[in-house]
Amino acid sequence: MDIHEYQAKELLSKFGVSIPRGGLAYSPEQATYRASEIGGNKWVVKAQIHSGARGKAGGIKVCRNDGEVWDAADALLGKRLATIQTGPQGKLVSRLYIEEATDIDKEFYLSYVMDRAAERIVVVASAAGGMDIEEIAHKQPETLIRVTVDPAVGMQAFQAREVAFGLGVEPDLVSKLERTILGAYRAFRDLDAVMVEINPLVVTKNKAILALDAKMSFDENALFRRPQISELRDKSQEDPRETYASDRGLSYVGLDGDIGCVVNGAGLAMATLDMIKLAGGEPANFLDIGGGASPERVAKSFRAVLKDRNVKALLVNVFAGINRCDWVAKGVVDAVKELEIKLPVVVRLAGTNVEEGRKIIDESGLTVISADTLGEAAQKAVAAAKASTAKAA
Amino acid sequence: MAIFINEHTPVLVQGFTGRIGTFHAQEMIDYGTNVVGGVTPGKGGSTHLGRPVFNTMKGAVEETGAQASIVFVPPPFAADAIMEAADAGIRYCTCITDGIPAQDMIRVKRYMRRYKKDARMILTGPNCAGTISPGKAMLGIMPGHIYLPGRVGIVGRSGTLGYEAASQMKALGIGVSTSVGIGGDPINGSSFRDVFEHFEKDPETDAVLLIGEIGGPQEAEAGAWARDNMKKPVIAYIAGLSAPKGRRMGHAGAIVSAFGESAAEKVEILKAAGVAIAPTPAEMGATVARVLSGQRKVA
Repeated sequence: MDIHEYQAKELLSKFGVSIPRGGLAYSPEQATYRASEIGGNKWVVKAQIHSGARGKAGGIKVCRNDGEVWDAADALLGKRLATIQTGPQGKLVSRLYIEEATDIDKEFYLSYVMDRAAERIVVVASAAGGMDIEEIAHKQPETLIRVTVDPAVGMQAFQAREVAFGLGVEPDLVSKLERTILGAYRAFRDLDAVMVEINPLVVTKNKAILALDAKMSFDENALFRRPQISELRDKSQEDPRETYASDRGLSYVGLDGDIGCVVNGAGLAMATLDMIKLAGGEPANFLDIGGGASPERVAKSFRAVLKDRNVKALLVNVFAGINRCDWVAKGVVDAVKELEIKLPVVVRLAGTNVEEGRKIIDESGLTVISADTLGEAAQKAVAAAKASTAKAA
Repeated sequence: MAIFINEHTPVLVQGFTGRIGTFHAQEMIDYGTNVVGGVTPGKGGSTHLGRPVFNTMKGAVEETGAQASIVFVPPPFAADAIMEAADAGIRYCTCITDGIPAQDMIRVKRYMRRYKKDARMILTGPNCAGTISPGKAMLGIMPGHIYLPGRVGIVGRSGTLGYEAASQMKALGIGVSTSVGIGGDPINGSSFRDVFEHFEKDPETDAVLLIGEIGGPQEAEAGAWARDNMKKPVIAYIAGLSAPKGRRMGHAGAIVSAFGESAAEKVEILKAAGVAIAPTPAEMGATVARVLSGQRKVA
C-alpha cells in the first residue's frame, strides 16, 4: 500500500528524521494561508499523488509570492497529473503540500528495501542524490553503498556511521546523519514497510539534514496490526475497478484489454492472461477469486469484472480441486442468470466432476460456451470478444 | 522414496481443530497420510478426527514421534507456529497460510539459522498448496486424485497452476514423484534451488518441472544451480509474460521490481542454463513428455 509524500514525511519525522516545514492544502486559498503560516519568501507547491517523477511532469512548482502560490495551487488542484510512472491517464491531484524552500548544499539518495535474495532489510545509499535509483545504478554504480541488517539485532549504529561516512559528509554532521539513517530504519521496521525512499536527503546551507522527498510503501499482509497505516489509504489514487474489487476481498488488477477474466489461483490467473495474449487477444484484468470458487464468489467476481465497460467477453477458468466442477458450474450459470449477462461467457472447468459440470453449462440454455483445455478456452474467448466487438460496431 | 514425505512419515497438523485444519486433515487422512495428531493451544488432551490434540508442538512430538507438520494457523500467529515446529524437532514443515507479514518471515528465516544445517527443519511455503508424494502421502490442500504416481518432480509457486500441470501430465500418462509448493510470498522457506537439491538426490525422480512466475530472483538462481549441478533434466514454465511492470499479480511476491524479474527475462536466463521451456501453460505436460522421450532415446 502506497501513501502520499506528506504522510510519509509525518511518519518519518516521528522517528527522528527532520523535514522542512510544510502544510497540507485542499484549495488555493488554503495554499496561500499555509505559505504565510510557514513564512519566508520562497515555497514549493507539491502535488500529492501516488507517483514519483512528479517534478518532470509539472507537479512541483517553486513560488516566490502569494500570487504564485495561488496560481500554482489553482493550476494543480483537480487536475490529473500524468508522470512516467502513472501512465497517460495520470492520477487526480486533490491535495497539495506547501513547503518552505530549502537552500541545498548536497543531495543524497537513501532507501530501505526488503531484499528478496538476502531475505533481510537492506539499506541503499548514494552520494548521487536527486536521480532515481535505476539511473544511479546505471550512471554512477560506484557511489552505491549497501548495508544488510541482521533481523536478530536490527540496524546498528556503526552500520549507520558506515553509510554516513560513505556519503562523504563533514565529520561534524555524521552524528546527525546517523540519527536520520537509524530513524528511517526504525520507521521501516516498526511500521511494517516494504519500501522507504528518501530522495533527495539533503544537507542545507545551514548544515541541517532534511528529507526533501519521501516515499513509503507498506506490507498489505501486516495492515491488520497497523491500523494507523490503513487509515492513510487514499482510494482516489487507485484504479476504481481495483478499489471496487479489493473492497470485496478480490485480488484484481485492471488491464487495458477487452476479455474479462475470472480465475481461481494467482498462478493460473497469470497463465490464463498469457494464453489470451498468445491467442491474439487482450485481457481486461487479472482476477484471482481464491481457492474456494463458491457461487457467491463467482457472482461477486462477475460484478467486479463487468464494472469495466471495455469488457466484450468473459473467460472463467476454474481448476476445481476441493470444490467440485458441478458446483462451480451451477454458480456460473446462476450468476449469468441473476446478473442478466448478455456478453459471451467462455467457461473452462477442470478437476473433480468435470463431466457433470460441463453438462450443466451446456444444458443451461444460456450464451455460455464451454471449453476443455486452457488453450481452447483462450481461443474461444478471443473469438467471442472479436465477434461481440464486430456486432457492436 | 520421493522427497520430504512418504506413506510412513508421521505428521502433525498445526491449527488442527479449526474449520480449515479439520477439513484438510480429514482429506489427508483419507488419502492415506499418516496423521498422528495435531496441535491447538488450549485444546490439549482432547481427541479430534480420532487423533490426539496437544497444546504444544514439543509435547506432540515427544508423544507421537512426528517428523513432519502442516500449518493452518491464521496469519498473525503463523510465524510463531513455524518457529515452534522448528524448535520441537520437526524435520519437514509446510505452511499453507496466506497473508503472513514479510517481516515475520524474515524473523522465521533468521530464527531457523540457530540450528546447524543438518539439524535444521526444512520449511516450504508459506502461501502454498503443500506437498504431495502421489500414492503415498499428502501434506496439503490439493485434490489428491489429479496426480498420477510416477517419476517426475514438480516444484512451483502456485497451487492451481501446479494442478494444471499435474493433470496435463496425468492425461499423457506421466506420473509425479513429489510435487512441492514453495508458495507465492516474497520471503519463503525453501527456494526452487533448495528443492532442486532434494530432487537431484532422489533415486525415484528422473526429471523436474519448475513452475515459476514473475518477481524475485529464485528462478534464475535455480537455473544457474541446475546448469552446474544437475544431471536430471529440468523443464520450466514461467507465468506472467503479459504482466505489467510494478503491479502485484495476486501473490505478494509476484511483482516485477528489478532487472531479471520479468517472465521474459526469466525464460531467457533459464534457456541459457539449458532448461527446456514450456512455451505456453497449455504445453507443460507435452514439454515434460518431449524431454522424457528424448532422455529414453539417449539412454
